[in-house]
Amino acid sequence: MEFYEGACELKLLQTLEGHTDRVWSLAWNPATGTAETPLVFASCSGDKTVRIWEQNPSPSSSSSSHSSWNCKAVLEDTHTRTVRSCSWSPSGKSLAVASFDATTSIWENVGGDFECVSTLEGHENEVKSVSWNASGTLLATCGRDKSVWIWEVQPGNEYECVSVLQGHSQDVKMVLWHPTLDVLFSCSYDNTVKVWADDDDDWQCVQTLGEPNNGHSSTVWALSFNKTGDKMVTCSDDLTLKIWEMDSTSMQSADGYAPWRHLFTITGYHDRTIFSVHWSSEGIIASGAADDAIRFFVEDKDGL
Amino acid sequence: MVSELINANPIVYEKKERRARSVPTAVEEYAVEPIDQQEVFDILSLQLFWYGLCTFKNPEHPYSLEELKEITEDAIEVDDQQSYVRVLCFRITFTPTVEHCSMATIIGVCLRVKLLRSLPSRYKVDIRVVPGSHASESAVNKQLNDKERVAAALENPNLVDMVDECLAPSYD
Repeated sequence: MEFYEGACELKLLQTLEGHTDRVWSLAWNPATGTAETPLVFASCSGDKTVRIWEQNPSPSSSSSSHSSWNCKAVLEDTHTRTVRSCSWSPSGKSLAVASFDATTSIWENVGGDFECVSTLEGHENEVKSVSWNASGTLLATCGRDKSVWIWEVQPGNEYECVSVLQGHSQDVKMVLWHPTLDVLFSCSYDNTVKVWADDDDDWQCVQTLGEPNNGHSSTVWALSFNKTGDKMVTCSDDLTLKIWEMDSTSMQSADGYAPWRHLFTITGYHDRTIFSVHWSSEGIIASGAADDAIRFFVEDKDGL
Repeated sequence: MVSELINANPIVYEKKERRARSVPTAVEEYAVEPIDQQEVFDILSLQLFWYGLCTFKNPEHPYSLEELKEITEDAIEVDDQQSYVRVLCFRITFTPTVEHCSMATIIGVCLRVKLLRSLPSRYKVDIRVVPGSHASESAVNKQLNDKERVAAALENPNLVDMVDECLAPSYD
């Protein structure tokens, strides 16, 4: 990809106010941002609410990126503690919300109003992350109780727990499904990333990426896949980002899964915990850290 | 609440004699300041904050934390990171009175809450147990410096009550 000095400059468009406590996380609605539907995203806060934000449709001639944002809805009176993260279903019709109150709520936009249509219980304490698989048929949650739960989406807003995965030895910070395969990834305070796959509905940990695999030496806070799903980036309290790739040379299982291996480590750019990372569809890796910096990384011509 | 004392006979150290310090004139903390003036202001804020910190009550004993050698003035460093943005870090170390002291995490949380309430939000705080002073120091340090764990813990009303009691000044 061509890359020019200054071509990747961040410009603050607007500051959105409304939340009354720390904003922990946000999620873009994947079904928005088209000619017919303005961009929408959800934000989660320590004030126990989720806010839905929508961009105003742009006037015909000007660029849509300069159009302003409004708060369209506040999802409140449901969670009794911090709302930590959220995730939209692939269709954009449902929003799953993870809370420190140990529950996960599912919301739908019913005629312009957001309604809580289901509450998933089971975790013993704070739920930290929630993720939908590519087809929207499965949901995964994780939390401080060290477990990862997999839920099956059934008709009538029913969610059935199909597996409770133990394996991490500490608090699980994030779960994320692979963009195409029904393979689940989790990262944890135990410094590892675990990969979970099913063998005829029996879910197992099929790989652990830890220090012996050139893994992180402290809490892994987040992970993200590239567009094609053959590479992944992780970020950690150990101040590094690590790039991993699916080892296509080794034997693949029937459903296309192959083991992951460390490709390289990005170090020296952040001097405090890196909390979040995302690999954009255009190949830019963005990281956000406790040093108050957002950084962008791209692969250069030599693939480094 | 803790029903039995874990550390029954702590050694009490005499409080250090204090040198008089000058009080800074009011400076608008979010104004764009020339670097030297802001640096001076921040260090003076630290001195003022220090007096507040010394009125800590140890959850096990009525003596203040400084008297128990839990925390000393030279254990507070103001670390000045030069980059695009000035980030001022506090690195505080404290010595739990007994190596296995289970109150280490509580004391650490108390320190963090005190700092949260006293300092401008731009400060980053690192809190560590003094190396060699605790049996599971890396586990304690990791928990104390995990922002999400601390935030979740502070949503527990029982813990907050305990912290508030530890931080309340004792008049005796």
